[in-house]
Amino acid sequence: MTDLNFLSATELGRELAAGNLSSVELTQHYLQRIKAHNPRLNAFITVATDHAMRAAHAADASRKRGEASLLTGLPYACKDIFCTQGILTTCGSRMLANFIAPYESTVTTRLANAGAVILGKTNMDEFAMGSSNESSSFGAVCNPWDTERVPGGSSGGSAAAVAADLSPWALGTDTGGSIRQPASFCGIAGLKPTYGRVSRYGMIAFASSLDQGGPMARSVEDLALLLGFMGGFDPADSTSIDNNEPWFAALKQGVLPQLPKTPTIGLPREYFQHLGEGAVLLDAARVEFERLGFRVREVSLPHTDAAVAAYYVLSGAEASANLSRFDGLRFGHRSESATSLRELYVKSRSEGFGAEVKRRILTGTYALSVGYFEAYYQKAQKIRRLIQQDFLAAFNDVDMLLAPTTPGPAFKRNELTQDPVTMYQQDIYTVPISLAGLPALTIPCGEIAHLPFGMQLIAPHFREDVLLAAGAAYQLATDWHRRRPEGF
Amino acid sequence: MAGIDLDHLLFLAALELPEAERTLAARDLEGIIRMIDQMQAVDTEGVQPMANPLDARQRLREDSADPNIDRDLMQSTTSSVKDGYYIVPRVIE
Repeated sequence: MTDLNFLSATELGRELAAGNLSSVELTQHYLQRIKAHNPRLNAFITVATDHAMRAAHAADASRKRGEASLLTGLPYACKDIFCTQGILTTCGSRMLANFIAPYESTVTTRLANAGAVILGKTNMDEFAMGSSNESSSFGAVCNPWDTERVPGGSSGGSAAAVAADLSPWALGTDTGGSIRQPASFCGIAGLKPTYGRVSRYGMIAFASSLDQGGPMARSVEDLALLLGFMGGFDPADSTSIDNNEPWFAALKQGVLPQLPKTPTIGLPREYFQHLGEGAVLLDAARVEFERLGFRVREVSLPHTDAAVAAYYVLSGAEASANLSRFDGLRFGHRSESATSLRELYVKSRSEGFGAEVKRRILTGTYALSVGYFEAYYQKAQKIRRLIQQDFLAAFNDVDMLLAPTTPGPAFKRNELTQDPVTMYQQDIYTVPISLAGLPALTIPCGEIAHLPFGMQLIAPHFREDVLLAAGAAYQLATDWHRRRPEGF
Repeated sequence: MAGIDLDHLLFLAALELPEAERTLAARDLEGIIRMIDQMQAVDTEGVQPMANPLDARQRLREDSADPNIDRDLMQSTTSSVKDGYYIVPRVIE
């Protein structure tokens, strides 16, 4: 049998299609890798062995009947924020430590219908609130490149699992950078689609006007395939957009989108002003793109500095509203010691939520409270528009933007946990894109002190095609995405 | 920045904090509020607030009965249910 380690999802799919490998064999291979390496990484909260084996047998059976899609039989790791019937969905929180969802998310339903095999549910920052995966109620995740370091967050378990090849690809979600930052820290590729591209139905809500699910994998080719299966209109999500572009419809057939004739990249000046060693790597990426025939010019996004503040107001406000549903009654943790209804709410929430989640709820409550609404919430919504206008103006002249994903490579565990504001500022290069609702791709473009570093490509709304084409062209010409952490 | 009234915020958010965590929580929150106060430096005169990044309106579905919500299944997520009702602590003295 072929050496399966570190093959991409697309490569594994070819092996399955050629009959060189069954889904049962492939699933067993990954379950064994998870057993061997997960204790060091803590990337999975739940390993769904029985569920996975059943799905793998079913996938092999449907292939025998001649009913296979390009995903049939391919295992994947699912961020523990997507509701899955019959498998625990914790959202990284003690609040949902025993929660089994009574329904299935649209994304996992679509993947199951396409024959994909869910290996388990990955660790994450509690309710997706964090940039280091240290806020999980189920323990921190370790970065496979250096287990003293964080994998990033909040989709840190998914990123670590893919980087260590405990799964060929994974599902993540991105509210302010939660796919892109961990992908960058772990040396893999991640795509945050346009707001509205991927259904939020059954994805536990953090900040509803920002949350987007997306794929994480080692190659851009894989991301394209996965987006095709997970994205698209869903009547069950009231903000889902019905845009079935021909390039999007072709993704499921494994067809990569085409680049524009003379692709032009913009370098947003504000994103390079405080960048240390990363600037050298970004410059090398620029040179590579020029070699590939891209034109490059400088652009300006003048409201970048206000993005982190506006993001933490809006995401906190939306989180405080969304998380009000956790009342100890209908689902989630219920306090044993409450003697009145009010006490039941207060004690269930206080026992169930961790410190970071409480901080975000209180921030949001402050921003929404009487007398502060205009100064904070509405002000942030106005800044949000200014930030989006900056991007739209830049896209008049260029097809996409090239920027760093993070200020630096993965930091050490406990380095920033005592300083929430510094932790929040790690998101400076990802939150503006989230506020504007734009799609962005991160791919590794070098190393700093033997740790991976990612670059971000950002496109206009619904132009993931441009990102996927440019990212695939870069990966064809370079091999940063083929580096692997030692010991896996 | 006005000083924060932690008790009032905790009340609004239906949360409580042990005495030992309150000082740190207040300090962190004040730090966050100082950070978000940087927004005030941005001139937003005449700018329309943006609630949805595509400026899209909420789509409404047909106003018809949807049969797929099964009460027993939806209530399987809690043990405090009797005859289809949620059980809460006594609210009337």
